[in-house]
Amino acid sequence: MRNIRFQRRANVSTVRKIINPVIFVILAFVFCGIFLAALGFNPLEVYAKMCRSIFSVRGVQKSIVAGLPLIFTGLAVAFGYRMNLNNIGADGQYAMGSIFCIWFGLYGPDMPTVPKILIMILLAMAGGAFAGLLAAIPKAFWGVSETILTMMLNYVILLFLDYLTHGPWKEPNQIISQTAKIDEAYWLPDIGGTGINVILLIAVGVAVLIYLFHKRATKGYEMEVIRVSPETARYAGINVRKNTLIVLAVSGAIAGLAGFAQIGGIVHRVQTNMPNGAGYTGIVIAFLAYLNPLSVVVVAILFGALQISAVAVQILGVPSQVATMIQGSVMLFVIAGEFFIRYKPVTGQAARKEEAQ
Amino acid sequence: MEKRTAEPILETRGISKTFGSTRANQSVSLKLYKGEIHALLGENGAGKSTLMNILNGIYRPDAGEIYYKGKPVDIHSPKQAVALGIGMVHQHFRLISTLTVAENVSLYLNESGFFLNKKKMEKDIAEYAKEFALDVDPGARVWQLSVGEQQRVEIVKLLCRRMEILILDEPSAVLTPQEAREMFRTLRKMADAGKTVIFISHKLNEVLENADRITVMKDGRIEDETLAKDATIERLAGAVVGDKEFKDSGAALSPVRDEEVLSLVGIRADNDKGLPALKDISLKIRAGEIFGIAGVAGNGQRELAEAVAGLRKVTAGTIKLNGLDITKTDVKRRIREGISFVPEDRLHMGLAAGMNLPDNVILKEFDTGKYSHHGILNYKAAEETTRKFIEARDIKNGGVELPVSMMSGGNQQKLLVAREIDGSPKLIVVAYPVRGLDVGAAEAIHEILRDQAAKGIAILLVSEELEEIFQICHTVGTLCNGELMGIRKITETNINEVGRMMTGQRLEEAANA
Amino acid sequence: MSVLAISIISSAVLSAVCVLYATIGEIFSQKAGIMNLGLEGIMLMGAVSGYLVAVHKQNLGLAILVVILVGAALGVVFAFLTVTLQADQTVAGLAMLTFGSGLSGFIGKDVCGVNANLAFDPFDIPLLSKIPIIGPALFHQSILVYAMYIIVPLSMIYLNRTRPGMVLRALGENPAALDSAGYNVFALRYAYVIFGCVMTAVSGACLSLAYTNFWSDGMTSGKGWIAVALVVFSAWNPLIAVLGALLFGVVSIVGIDIQMYYTALPSQFYSALPYVATIIVLIFTTGNFRKGKSNAPESLCIPYDRENR
Repeated sequence: MRNIRFQRRANVSTVRKIINPVIFVILAFVFCGIFLAALGFNPLEVYAKMCRSIFSVRGVQKSIVAGLPLIFTGLAVAFGYRMNLNNIGADGQYAMGSIFCIWFGLYGPDMPTVPKILIMILLAMAGGAFAGLLAAIPKAFWGVSETILTMMLNYVILLFLDYLTHGPWKEPNQIISQTAKIDEAYWLPDIGGTGINVILLIAVGVAVLIYLFHKRATKGYEMEVIRVSPETARYAGINVRKNTLIVLAVSGAIAGLAGFAQIGGIVHRVQTNMPNGAGYTGIVIAFLAYLNPLSVVVVAILFGALQISAVAVQILGVPSQVATMIQGSVMLFVIAGEFFIRYKPVTGQAARKEEAQ
Repeated sequence: MEKRTAEPILETRGISKTFGSTRANQSVSLKLYKGEIHALLGENGAGKSTLMNILNGIYRPDAGEIYYKGKPVDIHSPKQAVALGIGMVHQHFRLISTLTVAENVSLYLNESGFFLNKKKMEKDIAEYAKEFALDVDPGARVWQLSVGEQQRVEIVKLLCRRMEILILDEPSAVLTPQEAREMFRTLRKMADAGKTVIFISHKLNEVLENADRITVMKDGRIEDETLAKDATIERLAGAVVGDKEFKDSGAALSPVRDEEVLSLVGIRADNDKGLPALKDISLKIRAGEIFGIAGVAGNGQRELAEAVAGLRKVTAGTIKLNGLDITKTDVKRRIREGISFVPEDRLHMGLAAGMNLPDNVILKEFDTGKYSHHGILNYKAAEETTRKFIEARDIKNGGVELPVSMMSGGNQQKLLVAREIDGSPKLIVVAYPVRGLDVGAAEAIHEILRDQAAKGIAILLVSEELEEIFQICHTVGTLCNGELMGIRKITETNINEVGRMMTGQRLEEAANA
Repeated sequence: MSVLAISIISSAVLSAVCVLYATIGEIFSQKAGIMNLGLEGIMLMGAVSGYLVAVHKQNLGLAILVVILVGAALGVVFAFLTVTLQADQTVAGLAMLTFGSGLSGFIGKDVCGVNANLAFDPFDIPLLSKIPIIGPALFHQSILVYAMYIIVPLSMIYLNRTRPGMVLRALGENPAALDSAGYNVFALRYAYVIFGCVMTAVSGACLSLAYTNFWSDGMTSGKGWIAVALVVFSAWNPLIAVLGALLFGVVSIVGIDIQMYYTALPSQFYSALPYVATIIVLIFTTGNFRKGKSNAPESLCIPYDRENR
C-alpha cells in the first residue's frame, strides 16, 4: 500500500464518467442488501419483487406519477447548484407554491378553464419564488449561508401548511388534514389512454427549457461564468448579487411547480406535508444527474420507481424507508466513486518518480 | 561591524537548478560567514529565492555541493535544514492568526506537556525577545498584530528554535519605513551575537545601509559580490539591471497624438489587506502612447491596473477618460466606455479557465447586440469571432470546444489580447503581458500592442522587464512602494536611471548620478 | 408561579442538552476544518440505535455503548469521504443525512410505537437539588444532562488550556502550517470528525431515551439543523452554544406552555418559533453588514491536499 499514490488524472473520458457511477450504484445496492439481510430479509427476493413491481405497464405509470414532483424538485435544486447555491429548501418552496396555487384554485373566482389553470401555474411559481427569495436576500446582501436559511424555512413553511390543512382550509367532514379537491373542470387530463398526466409533458418541457437556457441563454452564460470562475465574473463586470437573487427565486419557482403538479394533475388537493421529503430527494437527484436537466428527468423517474417499489415490498414486511436508505447509500457510494474519476492509482516506480520532481 | 571567522559557516559551490526550461540557478558559489549580515540583491527571477529555498531544503539542487562548517551536507527537507540551524522567514507568514504569539511559538517548537503553561511559555519568549531587542507581546493574538510585529514573531520563532542561520525573504516588503529600520536593528543585534543573517532584497539603498556584504544575482548567476563599504549605487545598479544598451529604443515607435486619453490625479488605493498600496499617483497618457510602468512586482502595479480598470476602488483622486470623470463608475461602464484590461492572472481572471474558446471570446460583450438577441446567445457570431481571432493571430488550439485551460500560456494570452483589442477600445491596460511566454509569443504580443498604438489607442503597460519597456514604450513611469519615482520619455532616459528609480531613488537623485 | 418557572427551566435544560451534544461535537469537527451537514441523519441513527437496544436488551448502559459505536462508525465513513477522498463536504453531509434518515427509519420500523419503558430517568443530586428553584430545575435531571454539565467546562478547558486543544485551534486555521511543523493533519481530522459524530449520535439517544421515550421516523424534526445553526451562532464557542441552546429550549417550551393559555394562535405558530428565531439570529450573527472578518475557521470546508498547498 505504501507504494500506491494517487495522481490527478489529466483528462477524464466520457466513458469513465458514466461507467464509474454505475459501478458504485451497484455497490450501493449490495451494501443495502447487507442491511436487508441483517433484518432477516432475503435481499435478492426483495430486489426481485421491487423490479417486478415497476416493470409492468401499471408500474411504469405509477413510477412516472411518483416521479413528477421529483422532476421539479430535482430541476430546482440542480438549477441552484449551477451557480454554486445550495437550495436545500425545495420542500418549503414546493409547499409555498402549493399554498398559493390551491388558494386560487379553491377560493379564487370562477373562470374559464385555461386562464384559471394558467394563473394557478403562475401562482405556484410565485409562491416558490417568494420562498426562495426569503433565503436569497440575506444571502445576496449579507452573505448569510443559504444552506441553513433554506433549511429553516422548510420547517416554517411546512408548519404553515400544516396549519392551513388542519384549520381554515381543511376539507369539511373529513378526519384527514387536507384541503378539498379543486373543481374537476380544472383537472389536467391524462395523455391519451396512458394514465399518465399531461403534467409530465409540462415537466419535460420545463426540463428542456432549462437545458436550452443553460446552453443558449445570455443569462445562462452569465450563471456559468459565475460558477466556473467568480473572479472572472467580477472582472467582466457581472453582478453576482443580482444573479444570486434571480437564481434562487427561479429555483424556488420551479420547486413551486411541483405543487401545481400535485394540484393540477395528481391528487388535485393539498395534503399536510405533501412534499414529504421531495426536496431532499431532489438534492440526490440533482447530484446523480450531474446537474443536467435532461438527466434529472430520467433520474427522477427512476427515483419515483424506487419509491413505488418500496411501497410494493411492504407486503414482505420491508419498511418503506428502504427507498430513502437506498437513495442515501447510492449518493454516498457515488460520492466516494467521484474520487476515482479524478485520481488514478499510481504504483511503485512511477510514484517515486513523481515524488522526486 | 564585521566579525568574520576565517571559515565560512555555510558555503555553496557550483549550485545549479533548472525548472523545466528555466535555469533558475547556474553554478552559484556563495560563502556565508558567522556574524555577518549578507544581502542577496537582484530583480525578480534573478534566482535569489530559488537559492534560498535550496538552502532551506525545499528544493534539491541539480548540481553542486553545500558545505556546512566545512563538511559537505545534503539538505533534503525543511526539517533537516532546521536541524542544521537554517531557518527562513517567508514573505507569507506561517502563523495561526487566532492563536497568541506564545501559542504559535510553542506549536512550532513542538513542545510537550498536556496542559498549556501560559506563564512559562510567555516568560520564555519574553526572555528571547529581550535578548534581541524584539518587542513582542507574548499574550497578544496574531491577528491583532501589525505586519511588522507579526514578522517579529516569525523571527522569534526561529530564535527560540536556536537557528544559527536566518534567511529573510524581502523582509521590508510589508513594512513601513519605520518598522523596517527597527527590523534591521534587530538583525544587527542577531549578527553581533554571532548569527548569520541573509536577506533578499531588490532595494539598493536598503542593502547599502544595512548589509555587511552584498551579492548581486542576475539571470541565475552571481553577477557581483562586494563588501558594502566598497560598493556604490552605480556599481550595484549596473550589476542588477545589466549594462545593456538598448539600441533602437524609441526609434521604431509610432508618433503620439495630442489628445489626452487617460488622466490620473492624486490616486490613492489600498491593497487587499487594507494597507495603502498606491500613494498619490498622477500621470497622463495620450492617444497612441504606450506608457510603461516599471518596477519590481509588488510595489502597487497590480493595484494600479485594477484601479484604472474599475476592479479596485480608489480612496482618493480622480480618473478621467477623455475628459470624462470615471472615478466612481463600475467595471461594466468602463468596459462600455472603452477600457480594455489584460490582467496579470490570465487564466483565472482574464479568462474563465473551464470554459471553451467562444465562451471566453464573448466575455466582455455577451449581453450586447453583438452576441445576444432577446436574451439568447448568438453562438454563431461567437464562433465566427473566435475563428477570426484564431486566424488573425495564429492561435494554436486543440479545438474551440475544449476549455481554454488546455491551450498553452502563449496562446491563451493571444486569445485574451485579441479579445481585448477587438472593437477599438480607447485605452488598453496590460499587466505583465509576456510573463511566462516564449520569445515568439512575446514578440507577437508586442507587435499587437505596437499596432494598436499606431491606431491611436492609449496603452498602460505594467512590466517587470526593462527590455520590454525600452523596446516598445514611449514613456516610462517607475513605481516603488506605491509611489511614482519619476516619469521619463524613453528617449531621454536609460536603463541605469530607471534601475535606480526601481530600487527607491527618486527621479532627481537618479538623474543626477 | 415558581412551579411553572421550575418546570420551564427544567424542560428547557433537557431540550437544550439534546441539541448541545451535537452542537459541541460539530464545533470540534468544524474547528478541525470539516463541516458535517448530515447531523440530522446521524442523530436519527443515534436515537434509533439507543432505542432498539433499550427495547430488546433493556439495558441503558449497553444502549449508550451501541450509540457511541454507531456514531463512531458513521464518523469513520464521513471522515473517509471528506478527509481521505476529499469529497465536497456539503454534498457528503447531505448524503449522510439522507442515508441516516433512511436507515434509521428502516431499522426502527419494528420499534415504532413500541414502548421501551426504559429511559434515562431524572434523579436528584443530593444537597444541590434542595436549592430553591435552581435545585429542582437543574439538579433533578437525567444522567445525560449531568454529563453535559461536566462536558461543557471540559471542552472549554480542552480548547483553551491544553496543548492538543491549541493544536485543534490551529488545525482549522492553517493546516499547512501544522503539517510543516510535523503534525499529522489527517489523523487529527479523523479523530475530531469521529468525535463529532459520536456526540451527535448521543444527542439522538438523548431524544429517544431522555427527552421522550419513544421512536418514530424522523423524530428529530430538524434538531440536527438547529445544531448546525447553533455552531455558527455560537462562533464556535461551546459556552455561547450553551446559551443558544438554552434560548432555543426556552422558546420551544414556552411555546408549548403559552399555547395552553393563549389559544388564539395555532399550535403550529409556536412550533415554528424556534426555527424563526434561528433564522433571525443567524442573519444577525453571520451577516456581513459591514466588511468584517467572520469567525469561521479559515480552512473550513477546504480539504487539505498536501500536493496543492
